[in-house]
Amino acid sequence: MKTIINELLHHRNRSRMLSFALIIGSYLIIEFLMHSIRISRLFTSMLVPCCCYIILALSLNLVVGFSGELSLGHAGFMAVGAFTAIIVSGLSAKMIPDPVIRLFISVLSGSILSGLTGLLISVPVLKLSGDYLAIVTLAFGQIIKSLITNIYLGFDSNGLQLSFVTNELNLEQGKMLLSGPMGATDTAKISNFSSGALLIVITLFVIYSLIDSKYGRAIMAARDDRIAAESIGIDILRSKTLAFVASSILAGAAGALYALNYSTLQPAKFDFNTSILALVYVVFGGLGNINGTIIATTVLYVLPELLRSLQDYRMLIYAIVLIIVMQLGSSVRLKRSMEKLKNRFSKKGVIR
Amino acid sequence: MNTPVLQIKNLGIDFGGLTAVNNLNMEVHAHEIIGLIGPNGAGKTTVFNMLTKVYDPSRGTILLNGQDIAKMDTVAVNKAGIARTFQNIRLFQNLSVIDNVKAGMNNQFVYSIADMLFHTRKRRSNEEMIEEEALKLLKIFHLDDLKDTEAGSLPYGAQRKLEIARALASEPKLLLLDEPAAGMNPQETEELMETIRFVRDTFDICILLIEHDMNLVMNICERIYVLNYGMLLAKGSPEEIRNNEKVIKAYLGD
Repeated sequence: MKTIINELLHHRNRSRMLSFALIIGSYLIIEFLMHSIRISRLFTSMLVPCCCYIILALSLNLVVGFSGELSLGHAGFMAVGAFTAIIVSGLSAKMIPDPVIRLFISVLSGSILSGLTGLLISVPVLKLSGDYLAIVTLAFGQIIKSLITNIYLGFDSNGLQLSFVTNELNLEQGKMLLSGPMGATDTAKISNFSSGALLIVITLFVIYSLIDSKYGRAIMAARDDRIAAESIGIDILRSKTLAFVASSILAGAAGALYALNYSTLQPAKFDFNTSILALVYVVFGGLGNINGTIIATTVLYVLPELLRSLQDYRMLIYAIVLIIVMQLGSSVRLKRSMEKLKNRFSKKGVIR
Repeated sequence: MNTPVLQIKNLGIDFGGLTAVNNLNMEVHAHEIIGLIGPNGAGKTTVFNMLTKVYDPSRGTILLNGQDIAKMDTVAVNKAGIARTFQNIRLFQNLSVIDNVKAGMNNQFVYSIADMLFHTRKRRSNEEMIEEEALKLLKIFHLDDLKDTEAGSLPYGAQRKLEIARALASEPKLLLLDEPAAGMNPQETEELMETIRFVRDTFDICILLIEHDMNLVMNICERIYVLNYGMLLAKGSPEEIRNNEKVIKAYLGD
């Protein structure tokens, strides 16, 4: 019994539990508020996208923070997940009327296809390192977006019809699933806050399972010192591939959830800006810092929306806040005083 | 005598026009502690880098228990049984002390990605064994009290010891130590000598070490190879090397 308590109070497990408590706690509070008092539409409409961005940022942190490779194309994986989910959900609407099951299948297929895309892309990408790797991921992100922008897909009684040039598909009373740059229209909105919160919990579980395992140690060892890692028998390429694919699976899930929250969605949504936004969340929250990523994403996603009343000044304030926090975050003096504070607490604490 | 654990024949490497190591022949037998010494720039670390395939040798063969490892890559060489430490310490700075050692056991305890994801009994039992083994290794080096410390924030001497522990975690047959006593005070060096002997006896491995601390080399090495300008200058027992005029000349100059 004592060992279990000690184990739970171990600082690493404490931060693990904090993540789950953070998500489940906020979920319960928000659900309670939604049922007890009137909350503005502005706020409730932000819930699902915020969940999606948290998952996206967490998945990106797996590559940037834990694997130590800069990816600038993560919106591409989100796009693969998103449009796969739209297609699957659209095609199975009649077969699976239950929205919960349909959502589950759509998100699952979105993340699988995104994972396969990640696996495919990782072959050329992980042959490179550093800046070169980052630039190639950027390119792949753009390729995926451009590809989806040129897909026209519809279905009718004759089955699926696909075209890469024109939207003049001969549909007999069928439905367009994707219409090029217009993206998807008339999608059934089946995502909700509960599924978003659940997906974050699953994401956390996957990430913690990975980084606390031998696979995670290999990934982080390869990040810290390539030559030393190889000298003790760690296959660098395999470790980095695992991190990259796991990350693309999670990013795909985020995209799927995101897509099924809106009735219309254009591929342009998943451009370079979205990739950079996710990177900002990760850097803001701290490389390899899960709880930091969750909090940073929430704050940075909600902030511009709250500042909407300030109109023209909103992006200016957003930028200034970013600069201030980045400066403070990398300040040595602040780090030292935080360290002191931490030590004072841990002396009083049970374990150390 | 039975086959040596490590047998190097005519090993050589060129960097562009420069021949860094040439015509090197060495043997390390089971249970031996062998010293590799020589003036700065003699090519000692280059030999280590060839043995672990950080560099590809230009000539020669490297046999580990009779198996040619000259064509393998670094990972395969470690699996075949060679582990090493580095002259300029290469720890996983951001990992805890115990995780550094655990990383060394990556190929010793195996479970699948599915086991990892679903927290199966196989994962749990393997992780428990990894934890147990890692603690055992840390105890040998008196690092068990520091197991949750970030490796990068350890004092210099402790970092050197942790590197040896990490190398041992991959269960090598031959351990290469590159200046293990560098930066240690005399008392720490004394302790290190004890530890090196203890490690050799407990794990029944052979050790090849590069070192400038002659006290350490003369005390624990059974045989010594002297390298100068990439060529073998002398070999023999500590006593023979101490009295070898060529060696004295190489170290002190004319």
